[in-house]
Parts: sequence; structure tokens; C-alpha cells
Amino acid sequence: MSDFIFSHETVLERISNKFEGLIISSDISYNILTIEVKTSMTYELIKWLKDDSVLNLSFLTLIGGIHYPENKGKELGITYHVHGLESNYRLRIRTFVPIENPIVDSIVDIYVGANWLERETFDFFGIEFKGHPNLCRILNEDDMDYFPMRKEYHLEDATREDKDDRYFGR
Amino acid sequence: MSDLNKNKINTPNLTSLSKETIDGDIATLNFGPTHPATHGIFQNIMKVDGDKILSSEQTVGYIHRAFEKLAERRPYNQITPITDRLNYCSSPINNMGWEMTVEKLIGAEIPKRVDYMRVIIMELSRIADHLVCNSVIGVDTGALSGFMYVFQEREKIYDIFEEVCGARLTTNIGRIGGFERDFSKGFHDKLKAFLANFPKAFEEFDSLLSRNRIFIDRTRDAGPIGAKRALEYGFTGPNLRAAGVDYDVRAMNPYSSYQDFDFIIPVGVKGDTYDRFMVRQEEIRQSLRIINQAYKNLPEGSYFAQNIPEFYLPPKEDVYNKMESLIYHFKIVMGEIPVPVGEVYHSVEGGNGELGFHLVSDGGRTPYRLQFRRPCFIYYQGYPEMITGQTISEAVLTLSSLNVIAGELDA
Repeated sequence: MSDFIFSHETVLERISNKFEGLIISSDISYNILTIEVKTSMTYELIKWLKDDSVLNLSFLTLIGGIHYPENKGKELGITYHVHGLESNYRLRIRTFVPIENPIVDSIVDIYVGANWLERETFDFFGIEFKGHPNLCRILNEDDMDYFPMRKEYHLEDATREDKDDRYFGR
Repeated sequence: MSDLNKNKINTPNLTSLSKETIDGDIATLNFGPTHPATHGIFQNIMKVDGDKILSSEQTVGYIHRAFEKLAERRPYNQITPITDRLNYCSSPINNMGWEMTVEKLIGAEIPKRVDYMRVIIMELSRIADHLVCNSVIGVDTGALSGFMYVFQEREKIYDIFEEVCGARLTTNIGRIGGFERDFSKGFHDKLKAFLANFPKAFEEFDSLLSRNRIFIDRTRDAGPIGAKRALEYGFTGPNLRAAGVDYDVRAMNPYSSYQDFDFIIPVGVKGDTYDRFMVRQEEIRQSLRIINQAYKNLPEGSYFAQNIPEFYLPPKEDVYNKMESLIYHFKIVMGEIPVPVGEVYHSVEGGNGELGFHLVSDGGRTPYRLQFRRPCFIYYQGYPEMITGQTISEAVLTLSSLNVIAGELDA
């Protein structure tokens, strides 16, 4: 292995040298670097991170969605956690898509384990993963017509009218 | 929005069941959702040629309880009972993993004594978890007595949990910041008795199976997976280590003072059922070693963090006699404590692998978003590939040896 020293600065520098204009913003929160990237380049970035012999972030820990209703034009976020098992370096990659057209490239052909994680994200947030072999609901029932983890859906059945919020401290 | 989905949702093709059944040599076998050999509620639809599995399709989500959504409405200390119900064979690990995540977010200074107390509890629950898995592998190969025998020992672990927190299975053990009380006399007596008696019982169980010719013939080459493939699938924990990768969160990212203890990480070679069994057996011995070290060197000091009065319930006398304590008590119980804004990922070595908590806080009383990295959910994807070309009896063994826990799978 090379004598690359892993730190948030060096990793950020190496990524931004490779992909110009990819990183929209970056943030370090509780010792994990988060980079917000362009949706169109997420696939290439994750593929490169896996194949690059220096960074070698080749273990996919988690994929998850997040919904910011106030964030107009980029309401839905997709978060990827990747981990280098040799360097023990974790990186968080996030990209945002508009809620009207929530499409991002699937990474199933990079990590076969992304399959169910992407299905789960689709199931709960309605984010579509282009190129996914079998994008259907996984934990919820098939005929559900909404995406329950979006912020507009409350815990109770949204169609009930007999509950008054005042009596529930809301 | 409903129009958007209508085209996208592909229902799993269940109608093919009746058509192809016993048509030619290929039959469709509906294995589960409630089947004695699945040890949980999940369905496998297998295409079989005689006893050989040609392909299989999994359906999960039967006990989905929307924990991630529930967590968005609950104050932090009320989320601990939710985590009980993930991997219910080792609830204390889930509880403490969550508590440590919140402690990381709020910057609690955890005393050494709490770390060691947690290590003892977490390793006890790892033993309980692995005992369930390994003894059930015995049951699936036809050896019921070993299962009964170690379940008696598992009961004693639950007795110990009962001394600490009053509960046995869904423990809700500990608090954010430490423990609600120090270890009691009953705890010390029961732990000492367990440490004295368990190794003998365990080695007897081990001698029943691990060098047993019939057991080895049944489990060797049942459901193998190679290291590279296991990593691509996101395997962690004993199942990954059985494939030969020595990734253990306790060693890689030590939490709760795991760096103080001396233990080895057993690895397998082929990643088959026998390797998974043997890795878990050895991990039980290593857990015992850790417990012995932690118990022997249990430091003196406080059993809760002192620097977070706004999160840790004050003692009852203070609530009645001191103004601040009364206010804190009220605020904690009502869940009105603001927390720092930030994003935390914390993971612990659960019974089945890397159990992660990805917490996004916007400063409010509840998490803005909480996602659990549930190891079962991620590695169960690899199951069809592992059993293709195997027999049905090997598929049953593979399922038990993966230790898929429905609660963790479906969240």
C-alpha cells in the first residue's frame, strides 16, 4: 500500500482532484466527513472509491434516505456510508434529488448488497434507483400508495378525522 | 404520486406457484412464512428438483413495525425500548449501542466503571445470542438435548439481567449516561456462579457437536460463501468472520473501553455452516475471557456520567428536595430536552454483526431521522445464492447458522 495518510483533508483533496466540480459542500460531523455530491456523478464516485487502490473504500455500510420538505428542489436526500476495512476510514456521501423527479443511479452492480437497501429506500421514501434489477417494496405491503417515511405522513392513519391534535399535545 | 407508483411496484410473482407445481420434475416449495424450521416469520419460495434447490425468492417484512418512523416522534430515552425489539436475542447490545450513540451526540463523559459494566452485560448477551444460534443448529441436525441443556444456562444469563434491570428478554437496560443503579449483591452472586459453572456446561455442549462425525457431515459445505462475495453482500459479524475476514467492530473501532481487554477474533475458512458454528463457539469462549477480565478489574467510581444532568434522571431524594433536580426530572420525563444539532454514526458489534445507528439531529426533542444498520437485513440477501444447488435440509441449516432474527430483519 502507498504511504497515503488518511485524514478528512487528504481524502477530500484526493476526491476533488479526481472529480472536478463533484463536491457541492462538505462537512465534518462527529469525526465522519460528509460530502454532498452531484446526483449524476454519485455512481462513478462510489465505483471509483471502491476501485481506487489508495482510498480503497470498498465496504458499503448503509444506504438511507432523508426528507427535508423545506429544501425546495432538493427535498429528498440519499446517504451512503462507505468504509475502508484496511484503513478503517468511513466516508458519508450524500446527494439530493427533487421530490417530483427522485431518480438516482442504482449501485447494485458495484455492491450486490445494495439491492435490498435501495429497495428499502424506495419503499419508504419513493426514491427511484435507475438500473435496479427489481425495484419493488420490501417491508411494506405492495398496494400501499404512499411513502411512509416522508415527513408529511404522520404516525397515525392520515385519513382519520376523529382525532383532535389538541388532546395529544401537538 | 399514486400514479407514479402504480407502474413501478412489481408484485413478486406468486401466481406462478400453482402453474408449475409438479409440472415435469420441478416443483415449487413454499417454505414459510410460519414453518417450524425457519425459526421466525419469513417466507422462501423455492424451485426444487427433487431435493435440490434451483432458485429461491425471499419475502420479508411480516413483522415490520416502523421503528424508524416511531423514533421520529419519541424523545431519546424513549427510543431505547424500541431497540430491544430489533435483535431480541441480545437486547442489551442494542440498548447500549443506542445509548452510546446519544452519548456521542451530547458529549457525555462516561466513567470507566460504566464502560466495564457495559462490557460485562454486552458479552453476556453475546453468549446468550450465540447459544441460541448454535443450539438451534444442533436441533436442526436432530440433536435436541444440547439445545435444552444450554437453554438452562441461557436462563441464568437472563436471571443476571433481571438483577440489573428487572427484565429478561426485552431488557431496556441502562440509561443514557450509564446505569440506573449499581450492580446489586444478587448480581454479583449470580455472575460468580455463572462464571464458575458455565464453562463446564458449555464444553460439554461443545463435545456433543463440534467433533461429532454426523454433525460435521451435515454442516460441512452447507451454505458456503467466500470472503469476497460476503464483503460485497455487506456481511458482518460471525458470518463474515466464518468466511475468513477478521472484521470485528470491537477491535476495529473500540467503544466502551474494549481496547483494555485481551481477546482474539476467530475466523473460519470456507464460510459454511460448520465454520459459522465453530466461530460462534469460539466467540463464546472469548466473551467469557472478556467478562472475566472486566469483572476482575471492575474500577471503582460512579455508575453514571456526571456531566449530563439534563439527560440522566436525578436520585429521588434530590427530586423532592432540590429545585434543579425537580426541574431536570420533569424535563427528562416529559422529553423536553433540546440536543445538539449534528449527524452521528455509531456502530457496535451486535450478536450478528455491525449494528449501526445513523442519527440525524436537528436540535429538537426527537431525532430528525434515525436509521438502524441491521446486519440481518443486509446479509439475508446473500441467502438465495448460498443455498442454490444445495438440498433443502442444508438450506434449513444455513438459515439457522446465519442466525436471521425476524425482529432485526424487519425492524
